[in-house]
Amino acid sequence: MPTPPSVAMHGICKRFGAVQANDAVDLTVAPGTVHGIVGENGAGKSTLMSILYGFYQADAGSIEVEGRPARIRGSREAIALGIGMVHQHFMLVDPLSALDNVMLGAEPHWRLTPARQQVRQRLEALMRDTGLQVRLDRAVEDLPVGERQRLEILKALYRGARILILDEPTAVLTPQETEQLFVTLRALRARGTTILLITHKLKEIIALCDRVTVMRGGRVVLDRAIADTSLDALAEAMVGRRVQLGRPSRAAAEAGAALLEAHDLRWRDALGVPRLDGVSLTLRAGEIVGVAGVSGNGQSELLEVLSGMRAPQQGRLKLADAEFAPGHWLDPARARRLGLAHVPEDRHRRGLVLPFVAWESAVLGHQAQPLFASVWGRMKHAAMRRETAAMMQAYDVRPRDDTLRSSKFSGGNQQKLVLAREASTAPRVLLVGQPTRGVDIGAIEFIHGRLRAMRDGGGAVLVVSSELDEILALADRVLVMDRGRITGELPIGQCTEAALGRLMAGSTAVDVE
Amino acid sequence: MDEALVGSLIASTLRVSTPLVLCALAAVLSERSGVIDLGLEGKMLLAAFAAGATGAFTGSLALALLAAVAVGLALSMLHGFACVSHTGDQVVTGMAITMTAMGLTVVLGIAWFRQGGQTPPLPDAVRLAPLFTALAAAVKDIPLLRSIVGAGLLGHHAVVYLALALVPGAWWLLYRTRFGLRLRATGENPAMVDAAGLSVRGLRYAALALNGLLCGLAGGTLVLADNPAFVPNMTAGRGYMALAAMIFGKWHPVGALWACLLFGFLDAAAIRLQGAVVPGLGPVPVQAIQALPYVLTVVLLAGFIGRARAPAADGVPYVKER
Amino acid sequence: MTQPAELPRWMDLVVLPAFNLGVALAVCGIVVAVIGLDPAQVITLLVKGAFGSRSGLSYTLYYATTFVFTGLAVAVAFHGGLFNIGGEGQAMIGGLGTALVALALGPHLGPMLLLPLMVLGAALAGAAWAAVPAALQAWRGSHIVITTIMFNFIASALLAYLLVNVLKEPGNMTLESPPFGAAARLPGVHEALGWVGIDWPRSPLNLALLLAVAAAVGIGMFLWQSRPGYELRATGFSPPAAHYAGIWPRRQVMRSMLISGALAGCVGINELAGVQGRLLLDFVAGAGFTGIAVSLIGRNHPLGIVLASLLFGALYQGGAELAFEIPGFSREMVTTLQGLIVLFSGAMATVAAPWLARLYALFRRQEGGRG
Repeated sequence: MPTPPSVAMHGICKRFGAVQANDAVDLTVAPGTVHGIVGENGAGKSTLMSILYGFYQADAGSIEVEGRPARIRGSREAIALGIGMVHQHFMLVDPLSALDNVMLGAEPHWRLTPARQQVRQRLEALMRDTGLQVRLDRAVEDLPVGERQRLEILKALYRGARILILDEPTAVLTPQETEQLFVTLRALRARGTTILLITHKLKEIIALCDRVTVMRGGRVVLDRAIADTSLDALAEAMVGRRVQLGRPSRAAAEAGAALLEAHDLRWRDALGVPRLDGVSLTLRAGEIVGVAGVSGNGQSELLEVLSGMRAPQQGRLKLADAEFAPGHWLDPARARRLGLAHVPEDRHRRGLVLPFVAWESAVLGHQAQPLFASVWGRMKHAAMRRETAAMMQAYDVRPRDDTLRSSKFSGGNQQKLVLAREASTAPRVLLVGQPTRGVDIGAIEFIHGRLRAMRDGGGAVLVVSSELDEILALADRVLVMDRGRITGELPIGQCTEAALGRLMAGSTAVDVE
Repeated sequence: MDEALVGSLIASTLRVSTPLVLCALAAVLSERSGVIDLGLEGKMLLAAFAAGATGAFTGSLALALLAAVAVGLALSMLHGFACVSHTGDQVVTGMAITMTAMGLTVVLGIAWFRQGGQTPPLPDAVRLAPLFTALAAAVKDIPLLRSIVGAGLLGHHAVVYLALALVPGAWWLLYRTRFGLRLRATGENPAMVDAAGLSVRGLRYAALALNGLLCGLAGGTLVLADNPAFVPNMTAGRGYMALAAMIFGKWHPVGALWACLLFGFLDAAAIRLQGAVVPGLGPVPVQAIQALPYVLTVVLLAGFIGRARAPAADGVPYVKER
Repeated sequence: MTQPAELPRWMDLVVLPAFNLGVALAVCGIVVAVIGLDPAQVITLLVKGAFGSRSGLSYTLYYATTFVFTGLAVAVAFHGGLFNIGGEGQAMIGGLGTALVALALGPHLGPMLLLPLMVLGAALAGAAWAAVPAALQAWRGSHIVITTIMFNFIASALLAYLLVNVLKEPGNMTLESPPFGAAARLPGVHEALGWVGIDWPRSPLNLALLLAVAAAVGIGMFLWQSRPGYELRATGFSPPAAHYAGIWPRRQVMRSMLISGALAGCVGINELAGVQGRLLLDFVAGAGFTGIAVSLIGRNHPLGIVLASLLFGALYQGGAELAFEIPGFSREMVTTLQGLIVLFSGAMATVAAPWLARLYALFRRQEGGRG
């Protein structure tokens, strides 16, 4: 009798509000294999795995684990079934030792000394078995990122995981650490552990997996053994046939004057992971530059550095004839004075002050301008309200009530308000992060139109978006970011699915040729 | 140096430090689980009143102690209800408890005893008796030993020794038991504790329960050992001094003990140190010594004498994400 | 299924705070009953004592004046996202500033010049006392709640030292400074009314009342009409948005705490320049903590603070009257109520919200069914 699959998910459906995150998804994972689940942001892979791990319940569909039907209502049940998950953001307690972190919640004895002894024995056996090496007595805060990840894997294995889910594991690893992880995963596979790898890195899939499932828009678009497919086929499947859609024809963008030049930007976070790893770019008048790529690869940090909200550890910036280097970097107020405007990715936290009424949020960042504040520091309410009304009119913000609290506007209208505010200063450079996230269709078209108008008026626009459709609809040239670097730059005419897919999935421009 | 002086200083230090140690341990347990406790002062005060009132009404030492501990526990549970079961601000709750206790003790005191808020002085039978007096008498002819040990270390009441014993006890609980591990994790990363299938709420309530018992004991000691009666506002800021000691001790039971002993010593020695001449600065005023624990804590918080790192999730109400 | 009910704004602003206040009063009423008094009688006498006579009213306003200063102090810091518990210490040092100016310059200047200088001295001293914890928070990340509590104690010790060793009137055994000269005394309201021919009973109520009202108006204008106020509120609501807007967080911490300290310092004007005429050790007497309660019920808004200050002033005055009339009633009942208010209106402010929301939803449904 053939061994049943480790995991079999049938017809999984899950809806969040208006979004169908999983649409009749089937997944079958053979035991003792590495199975890759690939897709861009919003493709539905994280949702699917969250359902498997018990964080969410599916609206419809069924799950079988190791041949037996399973109802997974929470992570405890998932763990009991032998499913373990290694999250992208580690669930570790920094000041405690690695050993204590593994043990927490599953201590074999109420006194720690005997408990630690028992756990240590088991862990050392486990480490020998799998080749995973973790220094058990060090505090987690003293461990490098790769070792912390190994610790997370160890934690899952200690709790008896036979099926291991890894969520974007290589996002924070250096190439050497990635190789090390692959060695570990192969050893685990040899032991009979089933591994589910969520990733967008196609090269890793090819290198490691036995089988791959590609998801897009909540559906499975490809499910094949690795031997039966290729990098190009995967890239096309991931990106889909969208290049031709809805783009107003336009002559190739004339290269205007360089308005912003960034050179070799580098920034490492507190854990030492390089989030910006030598990014250089130039923004010219009269063009829209799109930054594509899966979220979390440095796009947010790029926006922060260019807008002055964060200073890089290395790199130079030239904006409107002023030069900046680490130590005396740009700041948001200075940036505005130099004609740079910024629509932040996170409009709730940064773009607006939610408890402020609309006419107060409408001057955020510009509150010191003579139009809004007198020399004595008195705010000119009449002027503020007038400007807000004008903004709301021009950008069709509804309801047209400037005394409404910012939090009460819908996502789309909030975004329009923020964009209106930033555009109203007639900036020469506009940085926009996720312009239409959570925005309804009608507003999307409007916002896109405004961005194009800004370009046509001679400004430079940088659009960061995890929606490839949007980038393709707007940009004159496309930069792809992966792991803190720009892996490639393509003028819009040369963007094919395969090329973009591979650039986004970790190849560099050289490989793509 | 005068031998008798040394002995009496040691004795005073121990006596004065005892309520501080108990409250500081209470604070350590609470804050290590992630709950800031500014109600130490109020809990100690109301517990002291409870001890004084119950002692006066019933004439029973056991009941008085029980009342003190029960009051401390009840107030800590109230703190938990507001901050752990609901998302009340921990600082505000602590202040509320202290303010209410300060008023309530006097109100009840005047209503029940009509002595301006004091409780009637308790007879010795209802108070904690000195221990080891026989041993102290045995060494009274041996020089040096008789003052340091005889007068200094022996002859205190039970709670003094209990408090000293509770320090290693608290250490053992926090660092050598499963419960302590989980408690410390809750104060640093409650989300992780939750994901591990444990109850953040349960752990915090447990910490608060221990906190309440210790504060109650501290309050009871004030009346059943030091002063024979409750006097309005008798805690005189000791709850905050215990908080300072916890910070100074870097949230560690043993560190807190040393800090409490230091602060207790300063308090005990203040009168004697007054007028002592510091070369170059002149005579030291007693108020400077009284302010010293607070000044030292500020200096520590400013990072000038080592780093004081609170548990990462201290003060943040835990709300389940999903 | 019942949808998660949310409180409409008017309920959130009026009904919920009123409910919380009611609970606090009810619990207090229980305490009153426990000690053998009649709550109804207590309330009636309290209201009579606070508002029933011109003298009572004056005392109420006098107490309220101090609370307006400390309440505004807490509110300004709150708007910047900080909890300033150091009002007690800042008020003490503010009083010290008042006294130093009065004693040093008193003999040389007339009241027209001296009194404003004393206000300046009070404000600057209070601000200076708040500046150190503020700087430690801004530059070293030291938790301002703890440092301000410590500074309260340090202020008390400092004041005691100065009164014992430096400022004590020679030959006087009580801990107080020499009396201020006549030029350093703020006229009482009864005096001022006397100048315009109105007869008013003598009371501690003095012209600091006008300063308090001016402060409330001024802070209101600062918070909602000025650019620094806008920046402060943005910082308090959303530090990331403030960062985005080019607002420097450190500057906001310093600004809010300095203003806060200055306001608390003005307590000295009411208590020392207006009433005592000399520096005492315990002239603040917990007003800093009452300020916290006032700010909480007043929802950090100047108008709310003025009203809440009146409430607490009435409680203090009414409580004093009650302590006279009813044996067994002590003024500390007011302190207890104050603590209960902070508990129910502050710490447990949102506990009742889901229940009220459910009641409201039920009510709406019934109305809908009938309609």
